[in-house]
Amino acid sequence: MPAAPRGAAIARRTAAPGNRLASVLPYVQSLPLWLVMGVFLLIPIATIVVVSFWDDQEYALVPAFIFDNYRDALGNWVTWATYLQTIRYAVVVWALTLSIGFTVAYFLAFHVRSTLLQMVLFQLCAVPFLTSNVIRMISWIPFLGRNGLLNRLLMNLGVTDHPLEFLLFSPFAVVLAYVHLYALFMVVPIFNTMMRIERSLVEAARDAGAGPLAVLRHVVVPLSLPGMAIGTIFVVTLVMGDFITVQMMSGGQSASVGLMMKNEISLLQYPIAAAHAVVLLLTVLLMVWAILRVVDIRKEL
Amino acid sequence: MDKKGPRHWLLAACFALFVAFLYGPTLTIFILSFQGPEGGLTFPMRGVSLRWFANLFETQMVGDFGGSFERSLALALIVMGLTVLIALAAGLAFRRKFLGATVLFYLTIAGLIVPSILISLGIGLMFNVAGLPPAWWSSALGAHLTWTLPFGVLIMFAVFNRFDRRLEEAARDLGASPWQSLRYVVLPLIAPSLVGVALFGFSLSYDEFARTIMAAGSDNTLPLEIAAMTTNVTSPVLYALGSLTTAFSLAVVVAVTLLVLAMRRRRGA
Repeated sequence: MPAAPRGAAIARRTAAPGNRLASVLPYVQSLPLWLVMGVFLLIPIATIVVVSFWDDQEYALVPAFIFDNYRDALGNWVTWATYLQTIRYAVVVWALTLSIGFTVAYFLAFHVRSTLLQMVLFQLCAVPFLTSNVIRMISWIPFLGRNGLLNRLLMNLGVTDHPLEFLLFSPFAVVLAYVHLYALFMVVPIFNTMMRIERSLVEAARDAGAGPLAVLRHVVVPLSLPGMAIGTIFVVTLVMGDFITVQMMSGGQSASVGLMMKNEISLLQYPIAAAHAVVLLLTVLLMVWAILRVVDIRKEL
Repeated sequence: MDKKGPRHWLLAACFALFVAFLYGPTLTIFILSFQGPEGGLTFPMRGVSLRWFANLFETQMVGDFGGSFERSLALALIVMGLTVLIALAAGLAFRRKFLGATVLFYLTIAGLIVPSILISLGIGLMFNVAGLPPAWWSSALGAHLTWTLPFGVLIMFAVFNRFDRRLEEAARDLGASPWQSLRYVVLPLIAPSLVGVALFGFSLSYDEFARTIMAAGSDNTLPLEIAAMTTNVTSPVLYALGSLTTAFSLAVVVAVTLLVLAMRRRRGA
C-alpha cells in the first residue's frame, strides 16, 4: 500500500505553518472517489447482503430476516455441482493463461533487445483489452462452427470423417474463449515484474555457472512471482464471476455460478440470487486471500 | 541478451502464435463481413459484397443499432471525463497522508476484484429498493466507473511514484502558488498519462457488458444490443457490426497513441 509516498514528509515541511488548506486538500481531492466507490460499490454490496435475507412473494421483495435463501442455495446439489464446474474452469484457465502469459512475457522481457520493438510488441498484446469481449467471442464461430475452419481442416487431414459437434457450444469452446479473453491479464503484470528484474542478477547467475534453465528457475521465476500472483487474481476472479462466456460459448451445455445467478435474476428471484452472490463474493475473497498468503505483492503496488 | 539460438526462435514462434491467436478470429470475421449475399456465417466466401454493412443501416433489421451506438458513445465520453478528473484528484490526494487513505485504496482495488455480476446485481437491487428507474446515464454510469476508476487510480499511482518532486519545489521556490505549480508544472508533465487514463475510461466503458446488463434500464447500450443479436441473428450482419465497432475501438486506440507520441515529441523538442 503506497499511502505514504516518499514525498509526504517533504510536503508537510514545505506547507506553510497554519496552512489549513494544505491539510484539508487531500480530503477534498479524494472525496469524489469515495463517493463513487461508496455509492456504486459499497452500498450495492450491502444491498445484496441485506436482500439475501429478504423474502419474495409474487415477484415482490419483502423485507425480512430469513435464512431460507441460503438454505435453498446451499442445500441444492446443483449449486455444489455448479461451483465444482466453475472452479474446474478457473483452474484449467489459470494453468493455461499462466503458461502462455509467462512464455510471452519472458520472450518480450528477455529476448527482445530493442526497446522500441519491445514496446510495440507489448502494445500488440495489450490492445485487444480495449476491444469488445462479446465480439471476440462471436469471432470464434467461423473457426469452431459445424462448417468451421477447424472442422474442415480436421476432415481434410483425415482425423475425422464427419464434422465434430463439440467444437462450438462445449466446455472446450468455453475454455478457449476464456484463454483468448484473459491471457493478456497474465501477460501484462508478468511482463511488468520481469522488466524490473535487475539484469545484473541474471549476469551474476550466469557468471556463477548457471545454465539458461537454472537462471530461469532460480532467478526469473522467483522474482516474477508477484506479477504471476496479480495475473492469477485477475484471471481467477474473472472466471469465477463470469456468465456471458459460458452462456455464449457453451450454448446451454455448461453452467457457471454467474450464469446460475443470472438465470435467477431473469426469473426475478432476487433474494436467492443475492444469497448466491454473497457466497460467490466470499469464495472469491477467500481465493484472493489465499493467493496473497502465498505471494507478497505489496512491492508491486 | 541471449544469443539468438534455437531457444530464441522457439520463443519467438510461441509469441507469433500467441499474436495470431489474439487477432486471427477478429481478422476472420472482418473478412467474412464482406460475405456475398448468398453466403453464411462460415467460409467459403460466396462472392464479395457490402450487403451486410448496408443491412446494418436499414431500420428494423438489427434492432436499435443507431440508438444503442449513440448511447454507448455518450456514456463512454462521460465515463472518460469523470475517470480522468476523479482519478487525477485522487492521485494528487494519495501523495499525502490522510485518514482513510488505506481503506480508500483497498475499496478502489475491490472494484477490480468483485465479480462484475455482483456489481450489476447490487446496483440493480439498490435502484429497485430505492424505487428509482435504472438508466444508462445513472446506474450504468456508476457501474462503469467502478471498473474504469481502479485502472485510472493505479495509473496515477505509477505516474506519481516516478514524478520528480524537485520540479514542484523549484516552482514553489520561484514563487508559484500550489495552483500555479499544478497548472504549469505538474499537469503538462503528466498530460500523456492523463490521455492514457482517458483512453482506458473511454474504451472500457464503450465495450462494457457484464456490469451494464442489470444496470442499463430499458435502453440498451451497444454491447448489450450485440449480445442480444447473437441469439436471433444468424447472418453475417453480426460480423459487419462486430467489424465496425472493433474498427471504431482500434481507431480510437491509434488516434490516442498518435496524440501521446506527438505530445512527447513536442515536449522533447
